[in-house]
Amino acid sequence: LIVAPLAAAIIAFLAPRLAAGVAYINAVLMALAALGLLNAVADRPLTYALGDWGAPLGIDLYADSLTGVMVVATSLVILAVTFYARDYLARTGTGASFWPLTFFLHAALNGLFLSADVFNLYVTLELLSLSAVALVALGNETAAVAAALRYLLASLVASLAYLLGVAFLYHTYGVLDLSALADAASGGTTTWAALGLMTAGLAVKGALFPVHFWLPGAHSEAPTPVSALLSGLVVKAPFYVLLRLWLGPFHDAPQAVGDMLGLLGAAAIIWGSLQALRQQRLKMLVAYSTVAQIGYLFLLFPLTRAAGVLNAVTVFALAHALAKAAMFLAAGNILFCLGHDRIQELDRIAGRLPLTLAAFGIAGVCIMGLPPSGNFVAKWLLIEAAFESGAWGWAVVVIAGSLMSAAYVFRVVGHAFTPEHGFEGGVQITPSMDRVPFLISLLALLLGLIAAPLLEVIELPALAVGTAAVHAP
Amino acid sequence: MTWPQILPLFVLGSSLVPGLIIFALPERSRNLRSTLNISGAILKLVLVVWMIWKSGEGVHYEFRAALLPGLDLVLRSGALALFFCGLSALLWLVTTVYAVGYLEDSPHRSRFFGYFSICVTATVGAALAGNLMTFLVFYELLTLSTYPLVVHRETDEARRAGRVYLAYTLVGGALATVGTLWLYKVTGTLEFAAGGTVAPFIDSHADTLTIIFVILVIGIGVKAALVPLHGWLPRAMIAPAPVSALLHAVAVVKVGAFGLMRIVFSIYGIDVAIRQGLAQGLAIVAAITILYGSLRALTQSNLKRLLAYSTVSQLSFVALGISLGSSIAATGGIVHLVHQGLMKITLFFAAGILAHTLGVREIRDMKGAGCRMPWTMAAFTLCAFGMIGVPPFAGFVTKWYVGVGAVDAGASWVVWLLVASSFLNAMYFLPILYNAWFDAPPTNWPKERTFPGAETSLVLLLPTLFTAAAAIAVGLFASIPYSPLEWAQLVTERQYSP
Repeated sequence: LIVAPLAAAIIAFLAPRLAAGVAYINAVLMALAALGLLNAVADRPLTYALGDWGAPLGIDLYADSLTGVMVVATSLVILAVTFYARDYLARTGTGASFWPLTFFLHAALNGLFLSADVFNLYVTLELLSLSAVALVALGNETAAVAAALRYLLASLVASLAYLLGVAFLYHTYGVLDLSALADAASGGTTTWAALGLMTAGLAVKGALFPVHFWLPGAHSEAPTPVSALLSGLVVKAPFYVLLRLWLGPFHDAPQAVGDMLGLLGAAAIIWGSLQALRQQRLKMLVAYSTVAQIGYLFLLFPLTRAAGVLNAVTVFALAHALAKAAMFLAAGNILFCLGHDRIQELDRIAGRLPLTLAAFGIAGVCIMGLPPSGNFVAKWLLIEAAFESGAWGWAVVVIAGSLMSAAYVFRVVGHAFTPEHGFEGGVQITPSMDRVPFLISLLALLLGLIAAPLLEVIELPALAVGTAAVHAP
Repeated sequence: MTWPQILPLFVLGSSLVPGLIIFALPERSRNLRSTLNISGAILKLVLVVWMIWKSGEGVHYEFRAALLPGLDLVLRSGALALFFCGLSALLWLVTTVYAVGYLEDSPHRSRFFGYFSICVTATVGAALAGNLMTFLVFYELLTLSTYPLVVHRETDEARRAGRVYLAYTLVGGALATVGTLWLYKVTGTLEFAAGGTVAPFIDSHADTLTIIFVILVIGIGVKAALVPLHGWLPRAMIAPAPVSALLHAVAVVKVGAFGLMRIVFSIYGIDVAIRQGLAQGLAIVAAITILYGSLRALTQSNLKRLLAYSTVSQLSFVALGISLGSSIAATGGIVHLVHQGLMKITLFFAAGILAHTLGVREIRDMKGAGCRMPWTMAAFTLCAFGMIGVPPFAGFVTKWYVGVGAVDAGASWVVWLLVASSFLNAMYFLPILYNAWFDAPPTNWPKERTFPGAETSLVLLLPTLFTAAAAIAVGLFASIPYSPLEWAQLVTERQYSP
């Protein structure tokens, strides 16, 4: 899973003309491999020691069903983006470096999800950020480069904070492996300092409110396929790392810290939705919607005592990845066809791009969390967890966020029902660009219908008990 | 999968599949679209009748698939479910025929009929839902599929109406979701069962269950247009006439009223609802709605808006009937689902014909309409009499049952309410009828189209006459076997028998 995209990256770098073909093969293979992995880890977690060295010395790979779902989400979104990007790149003339960078991104994501120690997580996180920044900069325009630079700086500071935290941990316990750390960690000033530093760093990278400032610019200025990758996948990676840390070394972190992360998440939901309502440009709206949706993920931390909350977040991550990718690709089509994406002037697109707009609408329904989408299942589980913990406030936030997302989605979809002015101009988009967003939005919508079997495969224990799974491998 | 398990899916599919195909059809393939639509509607009617027939022989239809761990998607044939399902299937067929004629030359017909079909799928799904979760899923689907129909005209006013509609119904849906989840947490089940499921918990969780009841009634009462949650309905009349007809007679408001029934009968159980004072609260809200809707209807100058306020008022007879705690009143409430549906759909059809053929939208333009289109106005008049509650029309049967039931339950104030409501209905309907029949027609109508040999297009007129005839028949022959009334009595017997 890691090696194949790396190899593909090198091929694509050396022989740019083969890149797209390699990309297809790679994406399909990866999707199959990812599903295979999910199937393999459904029953019990897997550990794989690179070069047979074993934990303290060598590098371990570790996969449980959480990993499986994240890898599947990655491969699905990348599959969709691959099929979308070829025509897009050909028509916009965006640089050929897209493919090798995407392969690096893919390798970094898979590596990150499979990592079993904190330093390895750092390395993959860094690789991820760098390839993501480079991809944003592909946008060529000044605005894109500026956004990329801002992203780079935020990301570097965050990395340093995280690395410092890793150093603290290593200094104190002499191990980096997650499960070993989980056994050894015992509170104390250094540990909590490490917790603070690492959490802060990851919050910046994961664009948690109020340190999300870099995200809307970067995500909206990037070329469309890149936006889909970033919003769908890349922001989830730091969250995943944080989740691993909370499952492992910091499993008995004070409740207050969890509550604070949850509060920030709630603030992100409200603030992101409000901003999305105020945006004049479609891609900015979608980007702010990402800020809001990330907030839902962070609601996990105050609710760790409730059973099922991890399931909720996992399903949410998968469903959001698909829906948001669909939304960005659809928004990209509109931008591409009209040459602008000012929401006020969207009236004429409905007749031109019915399928694209349908994709946006369906993805929007998913983001709102209406049945039968995967997001509905996730939000249902989340509210259930909130009820179970007796923490009403979180449930209210979830509902309020859903209603606000409905408001901003219908701001856009409402334009589908305006009189046409016989608009004939604009750039023709290709069938694959039209269909890909539609198909993944359908997938996100129907995810709710297969939720029951999916949850059985995932079957993640509650966090409080969940540490056992990390101890065990 | 055996046949009884899979049939409910076919019933849904008979409108969903044509709907999805229609989306993909180009605008010009008009014949294919109409064929698909009407054959889907006929197939659905046949399937529903088949299901009703077989259920009478004791066959039990149930489809079940896991939605979440511990929560299933259930479609089940019960007496109440089939009652509503039959009404929807019948009126969908009629409305489809009407809509094909009404929207002859207007743009976006593929989009319109696509959503139209999905809307009916959602209605029938809600009718067949075997637990609150399934009901909720279709309830939300209904919200989404009717929005494009409301804004179909694409004017600024239509889009405003659409926004208001969404604001009301999405908030309602969110509340209903919260209520459902909470209920699930308290009782551990969401299944619909005769006599309710909360009885074992009522002593230990009385306050919580009261709050949940209020949340659910608000969430679902939005669609049932209970005052003060009715604001969207008069605005939504901006939609094309077939949509208004469907919205008011079958789909949205009826699903709301049906949902209230499910909450009172199948979740809480009428005994619990009465003992906790929950049903009485609902009855008072319904009574206020009846009076308020009628009073507002008095002051309207637009015909469809008047009809919309009349719906607000009439629909609450359903809520009133089920919440009085007497089986006779409940029969009246349930049967009013059908009676109000048939009468209101006729009124809207007639209003649509006036707008389509003569360009008449305001009440003051209706002078002499009776001479120009006697058949249409005859249908309108008969159903207006029915609404007022003149015997022997359908509305009278409802009011009679609700009134007798109310006296039976010791709530004699309801009788005065019924008298007042009839009086108000007469106040707003009779002037219209007088003008239409006894004033001389104007020399030229606002925007007239002529149809050789008939007063209007037959595709529009025949469905109208059919529903009018049905509305009269259910009133005149209320007590023959298989009539809606007979059936409603069967439904209530099952709810009230221990």
